[in-house]
Amino acid sequence: MSFELILFYMFAAVLTVAALGVITVKNSVHAALLLVLSFFTASALWLLLQAEFLAVALVLVYVGAVMVLFLFVVMMLDIKAESVREGFVRYLPVGALVAAAMLVEMLALIGVKSLAAQALPVDPAAGENTAWLGKALFGRFLLPFEVAAVILTVALIAAVTLTLRHRVGVKSQNPSGQVAVKPSERIRIVKMESVNKGAPTA
Amino acid sequence: MITLSHYIVLGTILFCISVAGIFINRKNIIVLLMSIELMLLAVNTNFVAFSRFLGNVDGQVFVFFILTVAAAESAIGLAILVALFRNRATINVGEIDSMKG
Amino acid sequence: MSLNPTVLLVIALAPLFGALVAGLLRNQVGRIGAHTVTIAGVALSCALSFHVLFQLAWDGAEPYNANLYTWFQVGGISAHIGFLVDKLTAMMMVVVTFVSLMVHIYTIGYMDEDPGYQRFFAYIALFTFSMLMLVMSNNFLQLFFGWEAVGLVSYLLIGFWFKRPSAIFANMKAFLVNRVGDFGFLLGIAGVLYFFHSFDYATVFAHSDSLVGKTLDLVGGTPWSAATVICLCLFVGAMGKSAQVPLHVWLPDSMEGPTPISALIHAATMVTAGIFMVARMSPLFELSETALSVVLFLGATTALFTGLIGIVQNDIKRVVAYSTLSQLGYMTVALGVSAYAGGVYHLMTHAFFKALLFLGAGSVIVAMHHEQDMRYMGGLRKYMPITWITMWLGSLALAGAPGFAGFFSKDAIIEAVGEAHRGWVGSYAYFCVMAGVFVTALYSFRLLYKTFHGAERFVVDMHHGHDDHGHHESGHLAHAPQESPWVITLPLILLAIPSVLIGWSTVGPMVFGDWFGGAIHVAERNDVLKELSSEFHGPLAMVLHGFAQPPFWIAFAGFVVATYIWLFNPAITAKFKAALKPIYSVLVNKYWIDEIYQAVFARGSIALGRALWKGGDVGVIDNVLIDGTSAGVGRIAATVRWIQTGYLYTYAFAMILGLVFLLGGLWWVVGK
Repeated sequence: MSFELILFYMFAAVLTVAALGVITVKNSVHAALLLVLSFFTASALWLLLQAEFLAVALVLVYVGAVMVLFLFVVMMLDIKAESVREGFVRYLPVGALVAAAMLVEMLALIGVKSLAAQALPVDPAAGENTAWLGKALFGRFLLPFEVAAVILTVALIAAVTLTLRHRVGVKSQNPSGQVAVKPSERIRIVKMESVNKGAPTA
Repeated sequence: MITLSHYIVLGTILFCISVAGIFINRKNIIVLLMSIELMLLAVNTNFVAFSRFLGNVDGQVFVFFILTVAAAESAIGLAILVALFRNRATINVGEIDSMKG
Repeated sequence: MSLNPTVLLVIALAPLFGALVAGLLRNQVGRIGAHTVTIAGVALSCALSFHVLFQLAWDGAEPYNANLYTWFQVGGISAHIGFLVDKLTAMMMVVVTFVSLMVHIYTIGYMDEDPGYQRFFAYIALFTFSMLMLVMSNNFLQLFFGWEAVGLVSYLLIGFWFKRPSAIFANMKAFLVNRVGDFGFLLGIAGVLYFFHSFDYATVFAHSDSLVGKTLDLVGGTPWSAATVICLCLFVGAMGKSAQVPLHVWLPDSMEGPTPISALIHAATMVTAGIFMVARMSPLFELSETALSVVLFLGATTALFTGLIGIVQNDIKRVVAYSTLSQLGYMTVALGVSAYAGGVYHLMTHAFFKALLFLGAGSVIVAMHHEQDMRYMGGLRKYMPITWITMWLGSLALAGAPGFAGFFSKDAIIEAVGEAHRGWVGSYAYFCVMAGVFVTALYSFRLLYKTFHGAERFVVDMHHGHDDHGHHESGHLAHAPQESPWVITLPLILLAIPSVLIGWSTVGPMVFGDWFGGAIHVAERNDVLKELSSEFHGPLAMVLHGFAQPPFWIAFAGFVVATYIWLFNPAITAKFKAALKPIYSVLVNKYWIDEIYQAVFARGSIALGRALWKGGDVGVIDNVLIDGTSAGVGRIAATVRWIQTGYLYTYAFAMILGLVFLLGGLWWVVGK
């Protein structure tokens, strides 16, 4: 058993346990942290496959951004664990059964044994994984790459729009309103009678 | 010696765990979203393994795009979640049935 | 020497012109204009018809047969409008135009007060045109169109007084019953077209022998002789038009129409179209002994049993109508024993004396202020002598008094039946026509006695004004009956002359000679008239011989019985009624045939229509197909609605379940 295989089994075990933890722990914060662990171990597994760029990207994007967002939301929202966990035990057998059935089916379909004998070939990128991927991304996949960028921008704007709200009673400035104001909105000329009829004198 | 099937079995197990997660955490939308992230992770692992195995860069490019879209999806999903919580004061999926036919 | 086609065209089109002018320009031409133009047209037609007849009969002109206009050609079959004018046609043309002319003149007097005066003239002139097109046709299609056209005009004229519900019922009935007949007729024509590939008489008759031995597979898979099927189908048409049992029910009801058209259409011409048609088709009918036997049987039945009904009728027009049915039966009997010439000859004589009787009845009706019930008549002979005498002459002709026109034709038919060899059907027919002679005498003289003789059974209320015509109580007249004006009596006199005299000069050539030539074809073995002609030694000898024959004595017995009962001892009728109550009620109810038709066909049709409406239309189409479809969609939607819980996890669950099943199915497929 080679060192790599030992590492693989170790990371795989951690990943499996962490994933099981994500779906079973009561506390959502713990679940998010366990998910972070899962991503880290997955990243390590990808490194074993010499996919350094994606491994790093996974950690940066998911652990650095998405999971932080998750934690942020979980903590911001006041979630009662009892209400969201109702039915957990009731659906456990069904979920386990469906998952097991699916696992059996998938493994049977993939034909694990036929692939087991095939060792991984020599790394085609020859250690230059980032360059390899970069050439593909900025060459053949340039247009999809730009589209992905647009998608991210749209998602950013959408997220901001969805969460933006105007609260009533908050005394904040409205610069565009201030700039667009007209004189007629500021001064009102009122006509009054000039004669004071029988006003009491002091 | 690590073979392709090691990674595939691992990906399959991960995928099935997340399926089970969707089943048993049916009321908690945050864990549902996390399960979906796990599912994407399983798929991505497969992609990377196959890319490596076949010596083809396309698989890894695909993973790159999945990561991008998944990030966008999480951001919007969480934004919806925030807006939902703000309006209904709950994220309990059992109380959200406006789509009932 | 040949006939001039222009003359023939003028004969046919002159009445049509009159009809169009009187009908379309009725307000412009007015009453006098309407009757002038139609009478002029029909008179021209009549004069030219006589001219054609003389040309054919005495000048030895060849029969005319030519197509004048091609209507359409399709698939090797062409439909033409053309004329076939031989002696048979010429005789029919003369009868039709002459009776029509008489009726036109008569109508001036009869319809004097009617608001639909011009319309009536337009109709009867149109009828004359249609009937001429029917008899002059040289092909089956034109015959059929003429046939339908006269049916249409008959329908219009029966319902002439369209505000009377009974008239509307009667014309609908006539129309529907004739549809039954026309259906058969059309099938017969279709059969002719199927076997001969032509509508043309000449072509069909020239190849009629090719029909021998051919069969048709009808229902049941049994092969039927093609000739029998075609002839029976054609005869069904004749049954409808010529009112033979069991399609006779429309004719008595058609008396709802004005009397002139009863005389013209429902006695003299249209109802004899069936007789004419069968005579014209004689080359086909000669091929089928079976068809002729059916014709004979139905004709004999009609001759006797409808006559019996005539005895118990009280409506003067209905008595004449039933006598018409009976006489049509006689004609059909003649056709049935292949004595076509005899049948057509009786058609001619009958046209004259029956038109006379109808017009005479109409004259009486006018005198009685449109009272038709004979129970309120009696003793009219001193008020209206011309009508009385002409009616007597007509009745004697009808009853077959020796020397009168009816004698020659009827005697020839009876002898032909006696001579024919048709097994039991022949015997039955012989019995029927013999008994019919007695019945004919009975109802004819009953009519005369009840109308013109005996005590007056009406009251003249002088204090009633003139203006309440037609609204009086039965048997009450505003003033005493008086003889009709000359426009009514002149046709009576003109019709009485041939009713009395025409037999003497024509019976020899037309019945026993070969006058009709090629127009009528009789197979050698069936030619009873030829057998009889050996015993024919001139009309005088026939008359003298007639006195010694049973028909005369039977008719005389009828005359004696009628005279005793209705002239000398009217009270006895009540006793007869009481004694023969079952028979009487059978006859008064006309064998319940109307009721049976009403119950079976009318109710049946309504029930069928209702079933199709409720079951088919409402039940299947509306409820199942249309509403059922939408309701089914609604139900299915309501059923699948519960799947849409609105909960996110249900959809996720469905997706995952689908994935599991998909993978399972894939595994199963790949695993094989």
